[in-house]
Amino acid sequence: MATAYDIATMHTEPEQDSGAPVVAIEDVRKSFASHTVLDGITLHVARGETLAVLGRSGTGKSVLLRLIIGLETPDSGSIRIHGQDIAGLVLDRMGEIRKKMGFLFQHAALYDSLTVAENVAFPLEHHRRDMSRSERVDRAMQLLAEVGMEGDAEKMPSDISGGMQKRVGLARALALEPEILLLDEPTAGLDPISSGEIDDLVLKLQRERRMASIVVTHDLHSAKTIANSLALLDQGKVVIEGKFEHLQQSHIAFVEKFLKQS
Amino acid sequence: MSDRGHTAVAGIQPPFAEQRTVSISSALEFVGRTANQFFEWFGDLGIFSWKVLSAALTPPYEWRELVRQLDEVGSMSLPLVAAAGAAIGVVISMEARYSLSRFGAKSMFPTTLVYSVIQVMGPIMTGLIVSGRVGAGIGAELASMKVTEQIDAIEASAINPYRLLAATRILACILMLPLLTLAADASGLLMGWFAQAMVEPLSFHQFIASGFKGATFNDFLPPTFKTAVYGLIIGLIACFQGMRTRGGAEGVGRAATNSVVLASLFVILADVVLVKFILVVFP
Repeated sequence: MATAYDIATMHTEPEQDSGAPVVAIEDVRKSFASHTVLDGITLHVARGETLAVLGRSGTGKSVLLRLIIGLETPDSGSIRIHGQDIAGLVLDRMGEIRKKMGFLFQHAALYDSLTVAENVAFPLEHHRRDMSRSERVDRAMQLLAEVGMEGDAEKMPSDISGGMQKRVGLARALALEPEILLLDEPTAGLDPISSGEIDDLVLKLQRERRMASIVVTHDLHSAKTIANSLALLDQGKVVIEGKFEHLQQSHIAFVEKFLKQS
Repeated sequence: MSDRGHTAVAGIQPPFAEQRTVSISSALEFVGRTANQFFEWFGDLGIFSWKVLSAALTPPYEWRELVRQLDEVGSMSLPLVAAAGAAIGVVISMEARYSLSRFGAKSMFPTTLVYSVIQVMGPIMTGLIVSGRVGAGIGAELASMKVTEQIDAIEASAINPYRLLAATRILACILMLPLLTLAADASGLLMGWFAQAMVEPLSFHQFIASGFKGATFNDFLPPTFKTAVYGLIIGLIACFQGMRTRGGAEGVGRAATNSVVLASLFVILADVVLVKFILVVFP
């Protein structure tokens, strides 16, 4: 069985269909009251590419993902999804773009009144009305099987562990077959074995589906395992962006300190 | 010498004029901040109402969630509303019997009970009971979903939370309040008659015939259907408070409390306006 490291080594280079970025973030700024969280962020992610966004806690990594999926709006700058600027889109129009995106929340954010299977079937019930109920259930079970959770389909989210909740959250994020996958701290709070399993899962999905992925994490090991390129944030700015080797060769004090401490 | 004395006193205690300036400026600051919060709250409520309205009027419609909410607001509140209506009916019956006897107007008992229950007590009592039960429930449920990012997850799944969560709950409140009021009225009249019948013989048929004698639909329909406005107020405020919550468990508790307090307050204020409106439009 291939380990996370083996798979990562096999898939270091993304297979890109074209140079056009699927997600283009241009000079984005975001402040909350007087606190500037993001200060001129520019990042691009192409199809089949996985970008890991690293940084200390509170440096705006999660805010960046929330901006991309439209849960927050930037103060300035633009975010383009497949070339479409998402600024100012009404909720239903934004919904059309969101259907192409899957989002794994840091704490999974499963619907606590629904079972595991119902959580995964939830987006299908609302967007795949062409599917019969049994087809939706089958699809949900298939997705749960992909993340190794088919045996817990009837359990409530409160009855499963944090790692299992993240797997279910990942299955839900994949329900609409997204072209873009956004993962917010997928391995945070998990033991090393569970973290490795999540990493393996993400790599497997990338290999099979070739999505554009952005992973926010402070777990350097996980980032270098699953990502093609890494971006390190500090004080709202991208300090460095590139492959892990590029970061290793950097003499920027913050980069050296971050790599040393991780 | 006198200069030194003045400096020493000033050093211990600031001049009175300075104290007054500080307290006036801080009072003005407080008033300004409160006024700002007041207008901000109404502004946010207006924006929220617009989002809900525009979501409710455009497809896809969330029929299944609406049915679930009709059950939650209606069926689940029915026993409580009926019990409260029964208690109110008994109380009005006892009070009316005593008061009317004093003024030699015992024959007016059925009419007094019918009008008191249907025009006054039934609607406002149902509004306040539903404010408490449903307002707190919706406020706490949505607040809990908000702080655990479940509402964000709904939005991230390309589902409009204003349509799925708010519009369905508000519509359910609007539709169910008049029906619950009818149940409260029926329960109140039945138990009011029963309380009277225990003291002196009065057949139910006689009670109803006498109570509704000369009554028109205008006497009873507007007071019953005005509760749809209460439903709008309860649903709107509870959803608004729930969906704007911040701050974990404390925020959830605050949202539930604020939902009940504000919904109850606005129901009572709306009653003042609606009673006047009904008296003018349906004389």
